[in-house]
Order: sequence, then C-alpha cells, then structure tokens
Amino acid sequence: MGILSLSLFQAMLRMSMPVLFAALGGMFCERAGVVNIGLEGIMLNSAFFAVLATFLSGSPWIGFLSGVLSGVGLGVVIAILTVKYSGNQIVVGTGINVFGLGFSAFMCQKIWGSRGASGSVAGLPLLRVPYLEQVLGENTILIYVAFALIILSHLFLFHTPWGLRLRAVGENPQAADTAGVNVHRYKMVFVTLGSGITGLGGVFLSLAHLSFFAWGMTSGRGFMGLAAMIFGKWTPLGCFLASLLFGFTDALQMRVQALGILPSQIILLFPYVVTILVLSGFVGKALPPSDYKPYEKR
Amino acid sequence: MAFALQVRGLTKSFPGVLANDHIDLDVEEGEIHGILGENGAGKSVLMSVIYGLYRPDEGKILVRGQEVAIGSPSQAIRCGIGMVHQNLTLVPQLRVFENIILGQEPRRGIFLERQKARRRIEELLHQTGLSIDLNARVRDLPIGLQQRVEILKMLYRGASILIFDEPTTVLTPQEVDQLITYLLALKKQGKTIIFISHKLREVFALCDRVTVLRRGKKVGTCAIKEATPESLAEMMVGRRVLFELPRGRKPAEEVVFSVEGVSTLPEKGKALREVSFRVHRYEILGIAGVEGNGQTELAETIVGLRRVRQGKLVLNGEDITYLSVKERIKRGLAHIPEDRHRRGAILDFTVMENLMLGFEDEPPLRRGLLTLHFPTLQEFASSLIREFEIATPGGDTLVRTLSGGNQQKVVLARELSHPVSVLLACQPTRGLDVAATEYLHRKLLELKNQGKAVVLISADLDEIRALSDRVLVLYEGRIIGELSPESDEYQFGLLMGGKSLAS
Amino acid sequence: MLRRARRFLEFPFLPEVVAILTAFLLGLLVLFFTGYPPLRAFSALFRGAFGSRNAFGQTLTQATPILFTSLSFLLSFRAGIFNIGIEGQLLMGAFVAALLGTMIRSLPLPLHLPLALLGGGLGGALWALIPALIKTYLGAHEVITTMMMSYIASYLTSYFVNYPFKAPGWVAQTNPVQPTALLPRILPPTQLSLAFPLALVFSVLVFYFLFRTYLGFQVRAVGLNPEVAENRGISVASRQILAFLLSGFVAGIGGAGEVLGVHGKFVDGFSPGYGWDGIAVSLVGRLHPLGCILASLLFGMLRAGGMTMARVTKVPLDLSLIIQALVILLIAAPRLIRIFILRKRGL
Repeated sequence: MGILSLSLFQAMLRMSMPVLFAALGGMFCERAGVVNIGLEGIMLNSAFFAVLATFLSGSPWIGFLSGVLSGVGLGVVIAILTVKYSGNQIVVGTGINVFGLGFSAFMCQKIWGSRGASGSVAGLPLLRVPYLEQVLGENTILIYVAFALIILSHLFLFHTPWGLRLRAVGENPQAADTAGVNVHRYKMVFVTLGSGITGLGGVFLSLAHLSFFAWGMTSGRGFMGLAAMIFGKWTPLGCFLASLLFGFTDALQMRVQALGILPSQIILLFPYVVTILVLSGFVGKALPPSDYKPYEKR
Repeated sequence: MAFALQVRGLTKSFPGVLANDHIDLDVEEGEIHGILGENGAGKSVLMSVIYGLYRPDEGKILVRGQEVAIGSPSQAIRCGIGMVHQNLTLVPQLRVFENIILGQEPRRGIFLERQKARRRIEELLHQTGLSIDLNARVRDLPIGLQQRVEILKMLYRGASILIFDEPTTVLTPQEVDQLITYLLALKKQGKTIIFISHKLREVFALCDRVTVLRRGKKVGTCAIKEATPESLAEMMVGRRVLFELPRGRKPAEEVVFSVEGVSTLPEKGKALREVSFRVHRYEILGIAGVEGNGQTELAETIVGLRRVRQGKLVLNGEDITYLSVKERIKRGLAHIPEDRHRRGAILDFTVMENLMLGFEDEPPLRRGLLTLHFPTLQEFASSLIREFEIATPGGDTLVRTLSGGNQQKVVLARELSHPVSVLLACQPTRGLDVAATEYLHRKLLELKNQGKAVVLISADLDEIRALSDRVLVLYEGRIIGELSPESDEYQFGLLMGGKSLAS
Repeated sequence: MLRRARRFLEFPFLPEVVAILTAFLLGLLVLFFTGYPPLRAFSALFRGAFGSRNAFGQTLTQATPILFTSLSFLLSFRAGIFNIGIEGQLLMGAFVAALLGTMIRSLPLPLHLPLALLGGGLGGALWALIPALIKTYLGAHEVITTMMMSYIASYLTSYFVNYPFKAPGWVAQTNPVQPTALLPRILPPTQLSLAFPLALVFSVLVFYFLFRTYLGFQVRAVGLNPEVAENRGISVASRQILAFLLSGFVAGIGGAGEVLGVHGKFVDGFSPGYGWDGIAVSLVGRLHPLGCILASLLFGMLRAGGMTMARVTKVPLDLSLIIQALVILLIAAPRLIRIFILRKRGL
C-alpha cells in the first residue's frame, strides 16, 4: 500500500506537469493583462515541433529548444494581435487553438504520412538525481525545470522591481503608464514569455511523457491550465497546488483504466468534470487581475 | 524673470475636436499657477500633453529655457515634471510604498530593496510633514489619502514642477483646505505648482497667477491680485453667468416618494444605514456628499438593483420595496444614471434603439407576441428627437457618434417619455459643456414646476445648491444631516466630512 | 430597414475579403514550403467545390452544419456570451436525434422527422443549459466550461456508440435511423438533404429574432451593455440563459441534420470540427445571420474542395483548418486589416 501511494504520488506529480506549465504560462499572460485562451494550441504546436526537431536532428535537446521556441513564436503572434492591434483576446486565442490543431496534423501527415501519430523519436533522457529520485520518481529534467520556474517566478513577481511593474501593468495599466512603465513592452514581453513557458508543457507531453506526437495529444490540458491558474489565484505556488489536483485526477484515471473496471471513455471524462467543478465550486468569486481590455494609449 | 515651464503654440486635435489651439503658457519658477476653464476647455488635454500622455500636433515645450521633447511620462519625470491626475492613477491592489516606488524602485542586484525604499519615503514624509501608513493597501484608503500617495509619488521622483489636474473634485471642503495648506507648504520649499480647476474659490485661495482657457484657446493670463471672481468667470464662460437660477414655486405638502429607514448589505460597495427621506410634489431634493459615500448604492436601491434588507420604499402611497426594476418604471420612476456611457446609453445602439430601451416589450411598440412594430417605433423616436432637440442626423445614427450633451438628451428623453412622478438624477451634468448643462438644469426645474418630484444626487455642490429646495448630506451610507441650499459652505463641509451639526 | 440594409452592403466586407484572400495566400505559401504543388492543389480544391453539379452539392452539404454552428455562435455572441462549446452541443443534438430516429418505430414521417429534429435541438439546448446555469449562479466563465462540456460530450457519445447503443459490427455507430425520420435528399446522388434549406430558414429566423422581436432586441442590449439593460428592467441573467439555450438548440439541430440527412446514423467522431468552423464563419459573416450564409458557403467549399484536394494531390485535409485559423486571426484584429488596406490605397 505504501508503495502504491508513493507511485500514485509520483504519477500525480508527473501528470500535473503539462497543466502546471500551461498554468504558469497563462499566469504571466494574465499578469500582463492578456487572457490567453490559446494555451491549448500553443502546447499542441510545441509538442509537435519538439518531436519534429528531434526527428530531424536526432537530439531531443534540439527538440526541447524547438518546442519552447515555437511557443515563443505563437506568443509573438498573440502579443502583436492583442496588444499592438487590440484584437479580441478570446477570438485570437481561439484562432491559435484552431491553428495548433490544424498545423500539427497537417505537418504530421506530411512527414509521417499519418495525421494520427508521428513515428517514435528519442525522448529526453532521465535525469539521475540521488535521493530526490526516490521521492519524485524517475524523471526528465523538465520536472526540475518546473520546480525552478515556480520558485523563480515567485521571486520575480514579488521580489523584483520588474515583477512589481508587471503586477501594476496587469492591475492598472494607466497607473503603470503614468509611473513611467512601458506598458506595451511589458505586455509584449510577458505574453511571449508566458507562451514559451506553455510550450514546455507540450515538450513534456511529446518528449518526456511519450516519445512521439499524437493528434490532439494535449486533449484540453491547456484549458485545464487556465482553470488551475484561476484556482491558484494567479500566483506560482497556487498554480502548482491546483495543477497537482489535475495531476491527481489524471493519475487516478490511469489507475482505474488499468484495472479495466470502467470503459475508457467514461474514465477519460474525469479531468474535464473536475475542471468544471473546480471553476464553479471553489472559485466562484475569484477576481482576475485585469479586465482583459486592450490598453489604449490615446 | 525665470520661467520653470513654457509652452509655445501648442496644438492638439482629436477626431472632430480641436482640444488645444495654439496655446502659449508661461509658468514662473516657484509660483502656483492656476489653469482655469470650463469642462471641455482643454485644460486636461494641455496638461496631458505636457506630461507626455498625448503627443502634440504642433508646438513646443521648454523647461527652464531648454526645449524638451516629451514623448512619454517617463521623459516628463526626467524633466522634473510630476502630475496628480483627476482620476487617481494608483494600483489599488498594491501597497502604498509599492505604488510610490513603482517605476523607480531601489534595488540590490536584481531584487527590490524594500527597507531602503521605506527609508527614503519616510525621509520625504519627514520633510513635507505628511503622514501615511506605508504598508496599507491603496484600495483600503479614503480618496484624500490616496491623493497624498500621488503627491508622494511625484516628490519621490524628484519632481520640481507639480501639476494638479482638478484635485479637489473628489474631496470634502475640509480635505480641500488641507490640500491647499500642503500646496502652500510645497511652494515654500521652492516647488513650482500648476493647479487646474474650474472653481474660483480655490484659485483665489491658492494661485499667484492664473491662465484662463476657453474652448481650446487661451483667453489670457493675469495676476490674481488684479482679478475678481466676476472677471475670471466672464473670461471662462465668455458671457455673463447666471449664478442664480429662478427656482420657481415652493414644494407642495403632498409626498410623492419616500425612503423609510432603508438599510442594505455591503455587497460590492457601501451599505446604506437607515436612510430616510421624503420628496414632495414641486420639489427638488438634493443629495450632497463626497463620492463613494453610498450615492451609487442609494441610486441602485431606489432603481431596484439592490436588495433592501430593512425598511421600505414608497411611491405614490404604494410600497415598491419588492417590485422589479420594470414595475417601478411602470409606476412612474425615471432615472438618469450616474455614468452615461456605462449605465445610461448603449453606445453601439442607434438613437431609436436607445430611446425604446425598456419599452420594447409592451404595446404599442410590440405588436403580436414577439414582434416589434417599426412604424410606431420610428414615430416614437422622431417625436422624442424633436421634443428634446436632440442633434442627430436621424433615429438610426449610432449614439456613440453624438456629443456628450446629446447622448445625455437621449437618456433624458427616454426617461421622460412615459408618465413620470419622480425623477432620480445622478450626476446628470458630469462632463457636459456649459450649454448642455444649462439645458439639463432648465429641464430639471421645468419638471419640478410641472409638479414632479426630483431627487438630485450630485458631487457638484454648486449644482446642488443652485437647484435644490432642500439638501441632504450622505456620509458613509447614512444621511448625516439636512441643510437649506442657502447654508454656508462651511456647514456643508462639516457634514460632508462626517461631523454632524448637533455634536 | 432599407437604409440599414444599404449600410450593411455599402462597404461590402472589404476587411473580410482581404482577410480571406490573405489567409488563402498564406495557405498557398504553406503548401509551397512543404513541397506540395500549390496551384494544382488549389485548382483541385476549386474543382472539388464547384467543378460539377455533384461537387457543388457536396459544397452545400458541407456548408449546412457550418451554417447551423455559425448561427449558434452568433446567437450567443450577440448576448455577450462566448459559447465555444458548440461542438459538444452539436454532438449531443446529433445523438439525441439518432436515438429518437432509431428507437421509435411505426410513426408516420410528418410526425417522426420533426420529433427527431426537435429532440436534437433540445439535446443541444440542454447541453448548453449546464454552462449557462453555472455561469449565472456560480460565476464560472463560459469559455472554459463550454470547452470542457465539449470534451465531455465527445467522450460520452463515444461511450454510448461503443457500448450501450452500438450497432452490430466493427464500426462504433448506432443502428440506422428509421426511414420515417430521414431528411429527404434533394440533389441525388449527392448527400444534400432538406437540412440545407432548413438551415437557410433558420438564418432568416435568427435574423428575425434578433432584429425584429423584442426578445432579440433585449438579447442584443444585454450583449452590448448589461448595465444599461439592467437599469432599464431587462433581466441580464434570463436573457443570457435564453441566448445560451437558443445557441445550443441551433447547434443541436445542426447535429440532427447531419445524422438524419447525411449519415443516417450516429457515427463516432463524425464531426470534423464543425463547431470550430462556426466561430470563424460567424466572425467572417460579421456576426450577422445573412453574412453567415455567405461565409458558410466559403467554408463549405473549403471542406468539400479539401476532400477532393486530399484525394488528388495528397494534401492533408487539415490545410482547411489552417486557412480557417488564419482567417480567425486576421479578423480578430480589425485594425490590422484596416491599416493593411489603407497602406495599399497609398493613404
């Protein structure tokens, strides 16, 4: 039983990773005053590019980097459309999601001849960390990147001048502007950065959790990231704890599925139902840091 | 004579409006320079250009004789210019000291140095004699203290030219007096101050010289010693001002609408506490008070958007406490909401659509089960447009494209287009020009003289005193006292600041 | 009315046309850089869409569900709601229609068919009611909840046709619908059925509802400015719930149209993302029912032509998704297009 619960804990931790990256990424976007509905599409796109680059170069590290960069790339698109041209943030995010789905499937078919799944590639190697490994389980570097990100973003947000400015930009862009903060630059930079972080979630799915790309493999984890971010009250630690909840349902669902007592379709519903419950039950009155309107400097 | 700030030929236009038309301005070192003008005269735009919030179309700015290009607030700050805005620009969720240092944070390595920041601000506090809790969250502070944070923000940045954009509109008379004391102290420390206002009293109490703007143009500059209130007022408005409006007949005995011991819960705002008053036929009842003391909540309660916990509302003898918004409208309650754009009119609806709003689901506008009857609608709209002199190309023009005054006329026309017994007017002339304000004031008096009751909620004490038959003062969700409009300003000030007259 | 119609046509869709052309151009570039023959692919696409009577029938067939979903999105958007879970409402509608179509026997067509259609609509409406109630009473934003409801619908219907309602055989699908519940085909041998004219009728109905009835007026008022609407005695919550229900209803009818008109049964995963198409089409159609008709024809063409293109030139069908995404992105920021047009005119 002890071993079972430890392995369940480890599975929970692992499965919380993609949601956590999405939540952290989404948090940076919202702290800059942009709601990023496109997390799902960004993650999916990054998952694909990570596999593609690994396939072409033979090195999962190059894949890692490409995954992040493709997140950054879509982040730039979102930033330009929503910040520079004041596009509707939800519409832009929706466009990014459709793009992620279509583009990855298109390229997958082009390269591997099937839109369902890519061929197998080398995944990221396991990182041997004595002691820690016994608690956290065998993991790739990404889990440590995640922990580092949580700590760094906490320090950044609450203990550096730029974090203070970012919080001001999201809460009241007018105030930040009159205090001499370049609001547009902050928005551009942090929407891009947040999208890059979200890309890590895609890399995790396709190079650490699995070692290939599959059609629509993010299956709503971007949206769960949004939910985790809201549930976590837009703080890095909160995002982490909320993501664990999603990781737990995911891990539990896998357990149950392995036992074969319920049809897979029913088990696969769990995380989505939990997302709705989380959003409607616990955080009915959470206030987002901004009103999601593009900041117009006249 | 040394000039701290000079402006030459400054021009700024927005689509359809020439906000600043070749304005020259000379501000001497160490003086308090008043900028006087009506709403829409271009004062705020001029200051926003100087502070780098807008880019001028033409003209130049000189600081201490040097021409400077100010493209952003941070460049203005570097030139030693600081500004306290009309709507305070603080981040409510952040702490006081975080707001003060925002943009110029002391740091060690990459980290914020909180201790150093606090020490520097405390030094400032010591120098200026101001006091404030640096750890409080700004959203928990009253407006007067928030303004103090803004002043500290400027001083922290080493500003020597301080611009105050209508700083007194949100303050009680006592807070205004306090502000004036601070400003005089700052002047003594050698700061140059530009003080924007449309209130003559403050200008006379504070300024050395004053520049008057009218419709985007500079009318002139004069030393305050050589000016009289009448001469400045005339420069401001361009013709003799009617300080007194004919009030018309005395209120009747008959009560039209009464609020009886109403209390509400503090959901999303202030709680009302045992508010009671009566409005009679032929009466305008003014409700004065500093904004944020429950005016919005009182209005929402009367309209029917807020649940009453205790007490009741009575209209024409009928208890309407638990009636819906719609039912109250049907029984003769009309309402001019406080924020035209947010609550009054739908900007992306046409004039006709705005006029029919709230009447659409009943005959004659509705024919049959669901259908709107367009001929009736058009007739309805065009007759209102004629009656209220709404300047619009037609009923199917978007309200967004109308001027503020005409937008307000659309709201007024809609509210008065059905049999009304009481009108609740909230900040009805805010942001309107002189002509539109006068039109609205005339309409309110006209209504009163037709035997209706009017409840006028306004932050503009002059407006309240010019129109009302009686005045109540709202403080912290309670009616703290009643005054006649002729009472002197000091008494109003005491009540608005929460000191009841009895104690 | 006339003047408004004229205004609607006066500056005829210039930004939309530019967005569509740009998206197609970028699509060409994608093909070029991935080594497909762009021109051959596009000519196959157009041939597949308009090349013959059958091709055109196919285009209209594909346009049908898209027109329904775009009307569905439009109804919610006009009330200030962002219903992006149309896919799920369509699936639930389709499934309920399939159930009613297969389970009920010996009912005459004039009763059975409307019953199945109506059931589909109600299925969609009920599925939309859940996020509507959650939004109203618990305050969770509909963007995430409707999306989650979509995933749930897709797994749930998949479960149904894999287990309790599975027809004998390998394929995950229901039994065929009774002939009395089938929508008649109107252009044999293509799959074009009465669902298409029905969609046109719904466009007119939606137009009439929004612009000619007091309820539609209230819905639009709530969507543009809920605070003003509230001040004028319009219940924001009830009008938003109404819009959500209507939105789900129309999506559900769209799903029912697919089951009763095209497939004749519920096939697992039959929708290639019609719900998403609806969002793009609605935006391209300027959130106007009549605009949606034109835009859905365009996207129907993309889908129908895309299939021919995939068959002839091996270009993956997903190209149409990419083009669609580009259209959404380009339309999302009207200012981008406006600047683009002004530059081109040398202003």
